[in-house]
Amino acid sequence: MKVKTIIMAGLLLSGFLAGFVSYYASSHPDGLEKVAEDLGFIERAKDSPVAGSPFADYTVSFLGDARLSTAVAGITGVLATGLLAVGLYLWVRKPQSK
Amino acid sequence: MHIPDGFLNAPVSLGAVVLAASATAVALKKSKGSIEAEVAPMVGLTAVFIFAAQMLNFPVAVGTSGHLLGGALATILVGPWAGLLAMVVVLGLQTVIFADGGLTAIGSNVTVMGVVTVLVAWLVLKIGKTFSKSKTGLVLVSALAALVSVPASALSFVFLFAIGGTDVLDLGAVATAMLSVHVLIGIGEAVITALTVSAVLATRPDLVWAARTNLQKQELEIRSQS
Repeated sequence: MKVKTIIMAGLLLSGFLAGFVSYYASSHPDGLEKVAEDLGFIERAKDSPVAGSPFADYTVSFLGDARLSTAVAGITGVLATGLLAVGLYLWVRKPQSK
Repeated sequence: MHIPDGFLNAPVSLGAVVLAASATAVALKKSKGSIEAEVAPMVGLTAVFIFAAQMLNFPVAVGTSGHLLGGALATILVGPWAGLLAMVVVLGLQTVIFADGGLTAIGSNVTVMGVVTVLVAWLVLKIGKTFSKSKTGLVLVSALAALVSVPASALSFVFLFAIGGTDVLDLGAVATAMLSVHVLIGIGEAVITALTVSAVLATRPDLVWAARTNLQKQELEIRSQS
């Protein structure tokens, strides 16, 4: 299989996971959060200075529909990572000798 | 396991920033122009895939979830240096755009979820080298690397909390609680990592860094002929 095909398939899969499957992800606290709750140090947590960002917590604050909100946040994240990923690719790529 | 602002005091947070920044600087230097042009897009794909996979919290115990960390996967797919850079990209974006992980905790998060997982996975790959000469062996060693990387990451948080936690707690209790949850999350990490690595190995083993360094030449040749 061509590398291009695999990269495209991987990107589409990532978009599908972040834009669609993510809606079905567990919304329970994660390991660290749960431990912090159980042991009582969760109150020490402070809101991030960017907690007011329109994309905070993988939702889009002005979109009411939860499914759409998560989907837009997920796709935005994939695109933003993708942009930086292009930079990464250019950085690590061996210069062509030709 | 994204650490929010407020869990760790300023000196430890700052120390972690220095450690994370130094590791990133070394990774930038080591990885620059280091990957064959044909294979290099895998580094970008790895970052994108890990971002997406991290959104998928899976249930691990009653009322608790976990998600892929990805440091082991990144190391196996693109090597420790490029892998660390992919993790830095993901963790940085999550902090800045999605408020996942505190702004002052960015160094701690890169250290705990990036540097530690990559380092541990690299060590497991190194130790398991003899068993990684076949594809099945490599997938099993990859699963082990992923499995170990998560509790190791959890322990590194406990270490930071021990020296700079903002709450006075019984550290044994914190360690026990963190370990018991993250061993379970590690199982999820191992499953996702093994599935992903075997999918790429099945199609293009030459795209997997650990396969390029470990698999016997023959095995790669046999695939390319079929």
